[in-house]
Amino acid sequence: MRLHEYQAKQVFADAGIPTPASQLAETVDEAVDAAEEIGYPVAIKAQVHVGGRGKAGGIKLVESKEEAREAAEDIIGMDLKGYHVSKVLVEEAVDFVNELYVGVTMDRGEGRPVAMVSTKGGVNIEEVAEEDPDAIAREHIDPAFGMHPFQARKVVYEAGVDREVANDVASVLTTLYQLWDDRDGADTEINPLMITSDDEVIAADAVMNIDGDALFRQPEIAEMGEEAAEGDELEQKADEYGFDYVRLDGNVGIIGNGAGLVMTTLDLVDYYGGEPANFLDVGGGAKADRIANALDMVFSDENVDSVVFNIFGGITRGDEVANGINQALEQFDEIPKPVTVRLAGTNAEEGMEILNEDLVTVEHTLEDAVQRAVEYAKEVEA
Amino acid sequence: MSVLVDEDTRVVVQGITGGEGKFHTEQMLEYGTNVVAGAVPGRGGQEVAGVPVFDTVQGAAREADANAAVVFVPPAFAGDACFEALDADGIDLVVAITEGIPTQDMARVYRKLQETDTHLVGPNCPGVITPGVAKLGILPGNIFSEGNVGLVSRSGTLTYQVVDNLTNRGIGQSTAIGIGGDPIIGTDFIGALEQFEADPDTHAVVMCGEIGGEDEEEAARYIGEHMDTPVAGFIAGRTAPPGKRMGHAGAIVSGSGTGTAQSKITALEDNGVPVGDTPEEVADHVEDLL
Repeated sequence: MRLHEYQAKQVFADAGIPTPASQLAETVDEAVDAAEEIGYPVAIKAQVHVGGRGKAGGIKLVESKEEAREAAEDIIGMDLKGYHVSKVLVEEAVDFVNELYVGVTMDRGEGRPVAMVSTKGGVNIEEVAEEDPDAIAREHIDPAFGMHPFQARKVVYEAGVDREVANDVASVLTTLYQLWDDRDGADTEINPLMITSDDEVIAADAVMNIDGDALFRQPEIAEMGEEAAEGDELEQKADEYGFDYVRLDGNVGIIGNGAGLVMTTLDLVDYYGGEPANFLDVGGGAKADRIANALDMVFSDENVDSVVFNIFGGITRGDEVANGINQALEQFDEIPKPVTVRLAGTNAEEGMEILNEDLVTVEHTLEDAVQRAVEYAKEVEA
Repeated sequence: MSVLVDEDTRVVVQGITGGEGKFHTEQMLEYGTNVVAGAVPGRGGQEVAGVPVFDTVQGAAREADANAAVVFVPPAFAGDACFEALDADGIDLVVAITEGIPTQDMARVYRKLQETDTHLVGPNCPGVITPGVAKLGILPGNIFSEGNVGLVSRSGTLTYQVVDNLTNRGIGQSTAIGIGGDPIIGTDFIGALEQFEADPDTHAVVMCGEIGGEDEEEAARYIGEHMDTPVAGFIAGRTAPPGKRMGHAGAIVSGSGTGTAQSKITALEDNGVPVGDTPEEVADHVEDLL
């Protein structure tokens, strides 16, 4: 779960990391007032989870009240790569001489956290990692000990940070690791960490991704996450139903159980010449009402022309699934989109007998079911 | 023969008094698994499905000679349950079924694991089954059949799909290992492949990977350098867009393009592993390899 910049900055500031003066604004007037109070120049920054916000016009540097008003009018309410901007952060513009990158993340290959520092801050760090991996110094942390003070110093010096500011940067990194550890961070990073001409360090951006599985013990963060929730209507609906759901661009709706099998169903739709509209995993042991909810979700996606259900029952029972499908489809006078069903595993035989073949097409193998659903989608298209 | 699980496996179920724990204990017993104990703090002396419950895993190992633990404990406590099992004398296999364990908890468990000789499978996995002998976990026993093909997979239902394709052609399995879909897991592909390579009764292996991380690429190199047993592969997530988590916490293509299906498929093929476009094609490859 990802916090907004203004939320992450608040968390960082509370922990003692220097951040620029800033205020959150939801209207143009609020933004202008904030800019006047902070003093120019200020940056007006859209609060949405979009990479490359600046390039897309979501961040503007302004020098006067008029410019502040103009920028706030442009940004508040704008559509930034599909995300509606409802909040901006108005922030003191920092006069910097250098930009660093500082981050802590879980290295899944090593099974332990890694602290990273680079003097190539201010740009997309993933590009740096790819093009010039040596420009990022890395230090793995033993979770049994936490980060030793020397490790923070080591990675800062290895990165080539100037001696004048090294101690302050190491101190920021130490705090960042503490936050990562205490708040169940997935990734926490500052990019850029600005160095001023007076050798001060200031976190000009803040990223805090929290492990969604740990929210039960991070109530404050979980609350911030509710404010930060975004995504399109269907993705929010999926959250309410408790489905793993990802919306895609195609027209074949896909419902299945288990992440690997649902991904495989998507891949097969593509393999047989169709285009998947979504990933929807109903999870293990889904009962009839859950199945009906899943169908409702996929039907309400207007891009969908055909739906394929692929259930391999382990703990999920075929008869439950079949009842759910019947229940969902019997409400309609006319079935809105053709549904192809394939059931296998636990109680699959019983399930297939229960299915109302006036309402759905039943196939016996995964490959046949996917091909049928792709055909239906093409017929609707044509 | 088989790997990890055989006739001598004696299971203690952690969390046996919970809904899932109880249901799957019954299923495991029905399949013929030697479930000798449960472990739930404060419930020592009780019985579930005819199995005696102990307060600690150590107690179950000492009193009931359990040598393998299956974890059905809720996510908030499952990291600690894994520690307890890894710490207990006499337990040499831990299978963690629980989904949703905080990653930082697993990083600590993983650290502990490096200090022991115990095998950990999972978490967020369907378990391990040696067909006809025993199953540890939630895999539906009826789709498996006895034979000589080893199977290792990150995903439960995808495992069932591939097993179904094999069983339908009369190709049985030696052992199937679901290693789990989390970013940090105990036994990885290489760990499972090492087991199969050392087992004289495993004549071929199917490896089902998915997007995210670099385990499949590393496994491909291991196969190329160290394995005589032939391997067929499958990779799920060819159509997954970058930056979106496809259900499993670990199944995500990073923004910089690592963890893609294509990178994994290429690595496998470069090391002589035929990769199926469909589960049915995987079964074709296995038939050719045998």
